[in-house]
Amino acid sequence: MGSDRQRRRLVQSSYGRLARVAVAIVIIALVGTATLTYSQDQAEPLRVVEVADGDYVHFGAIALMTAENEGAIANVGFVIGDDAVAVVDTGGSVREGRQLLAAIRHVTHKPIKYVINTHAHPDHVFGNAAFAPRAVFIGHVNLPRALAQRGPYYLDAFRRSMGGLLDEVKVVPPTLTVESEMRLDLGHRSLALKAWRAAHSDSDLTVLDETSGTLFAGDLVFLQHVPVLDGSIRGWLKTIDDLKAIGAKRVIPGHGPMAEWPAALAPEQGYLEHLASDCRDLIKRGVPLAAAAQTAGLSEKSLWQLFDDYNARNATAAYSELEWE
Amino acid sequence: MNRTRLQTVVMIGLAVALAVGAARSVPAAEADDPWPDLARDVFDGRPLADGTGLTAIEMPARAEDAAIVPVTLRATLPAGDTRVPKAFTLVIDENPAPVAATFKVGPGVTMISTRVRVNSYTNVHAVAELSDGKLYMVQTYVKASGGCSAPMAKNGDGDKANIGQMRFRQFARPTGAEPANGLREAQIMIRHPNNSGLQRDPVSLLYIPLYIVRDLRIWQGDQLLLEMDGGISISEDPNIRFSYMPNGAASFRAEAIDTEGHVFKGEWPAEPAM
Repeated sequence: MGSDRQRRRLVQSSYGRLARVAVAIVIIALVGTATLTYSQDQAEPLRVVEVADGDYVHFGAIALMTAENEGAIANVGFVIGDDAVAVVDTGGSVREGRQLLAAIRHVTHKPIKYVINTHAHPDHVFGNAAFAPRAVFIGHVNLPRALAQRGPYYLDAFRRSMGGLLDEVKVVPPTLTVESEMRLDLGHRSLALKAWRAAHSDSDLTVLDETSGTLFAGDLVFLQHVPVLDGSIRGWLKTIDDLKAIGAKRVIPGHGPMAEWPAALAPEQGYLEHLASDCRDLIKRGVPLAAAAQTAGLSEKSLWQLFDDYNARNATAAYSELEWE
Repeated sequence: MNRTRLQTVVMIGLAVALAVGAARSVPAAEADDPWPDLARDVFDGRPLADGTGLTAIEMPARAEDAAIVPVTLRATLPAGDTRVPKAFTLVIDENPAPVAATFKVGPGVTMISTRVRVNSYTNVHAVAELSDGKLYMVQTYVKASGGCSAPMAKNGDGDKANIGQMRFRQFARPTGAEPANGLREAQIMIRHPNNSGLQRDPVSLLYIPLYIVRDLRIWQGDQLLLEMDGGISISEDPNIRFSYMPNGAASFRAEAIDTEGHVFKGEWPAEPAM
């Protein structure tokens, strides 16, 4: 007991010291924020395309996240209604997020009411801090868990390729979550949000602009960039069948160019089906995982970019899942 | 290595991980090699001889999926060497809890393949204890996976309904081994989240408690073939493929215990070789 009391005193006295340090940090942060606000105004607007009336997209590079591309590898966009703006994904760095904000301000001064994250991956959420704290952040009901589990890991892991760009990245979780469906009204512009079963990841959310017919599919749709499996291959194949029922005119994939709907689903469906059938065959023949990861899906190699960066990983994930069938 | 020792190492690992997490702004000096201290703590200061030519570790040069990195440990004793392996210990130096597992092995278990989580660029050590009572060490280096791959579960909802479900599979003969040595291969799979305990619950903001398979034993008839003392680096749904010498027993049996004290059991008839 005595040592407990002693420890508590020690803790309390270090709290006193902590408080003083905290005050100092707050002062520094305030000065820092002022500087940030200034540089925010200075950010070069991200190059965006008006893909349909009121829908704007920046098409990311088909590449891995690096300091050179500032993490700008995912497609990010925004939708403007009569009253407000909704952002769909914020990019792979706060710098990209700030450039997206500048691009929005270049087009409209309506308030940015919502920031929607299509899932938890860094290239889609690392720009969130550029829009915090004013916007309402929205995501899949699983997004808070995914960000809590993976956020600190990603902040460490991406320092190697992104360097100092990571300094200002913060994990900003959603304040509003979608369990199945939700409708947002931006003023004569209705967005239909839908949360999906584990597919590309376990927090996939799609955004359909019902007014224009543009579907922001997040990473449930890949074109040119090889699909990346971080959820469930069986779930993704089922989801592709369900996605076909969405009455969209065009799709903005998470990676790759805008395309017609639902024709855009065919390439990734082909890839995932080949991968699954190769894995099932290798499992049946007793080929161990390490060897299987080197061969499954290889027939798709010429059809995709970044194939060598992701295919063995996809094969590993698919094999481990399908082994339980 | 006994249970309390492993637990101590796991706890030290957790403490270090939390401390490192708290001081993340200070970049870790990569030059600090944790191995000398690890080797001393894990193996009670026993000498580790060079295991080249006697034991081997196979891992991909780059972890493709951070949550599922295949690793194979082998005894590669030259012909005529009468020693046999008694145990293998797998250490992933830079992981939050470096000791992935210790496997005590029975007759013919000269190969063990499993899957581990790899958090960062790291040396990986395999230490084999042979029947001469000495320890033999080999090592490899693995680059962490890139992109959005993470060592955590892909589907956080998992398959809670089937925790503890076991599968057992027997293969005709070992892959890549001499068919004449009489050995066969088998594989055991257990549905289990194997939560690392380093993940935060988003609602309570408390760390999710360690929830892993800590002990797994497999018998061929009454003969103990394999015992795994598992750590938090073993992947979700622990999966072990191993060689063994058939002894004519009619069945295989497995028993696993997790950190919450659940006991999972399975029994399967031995299949004749093809």
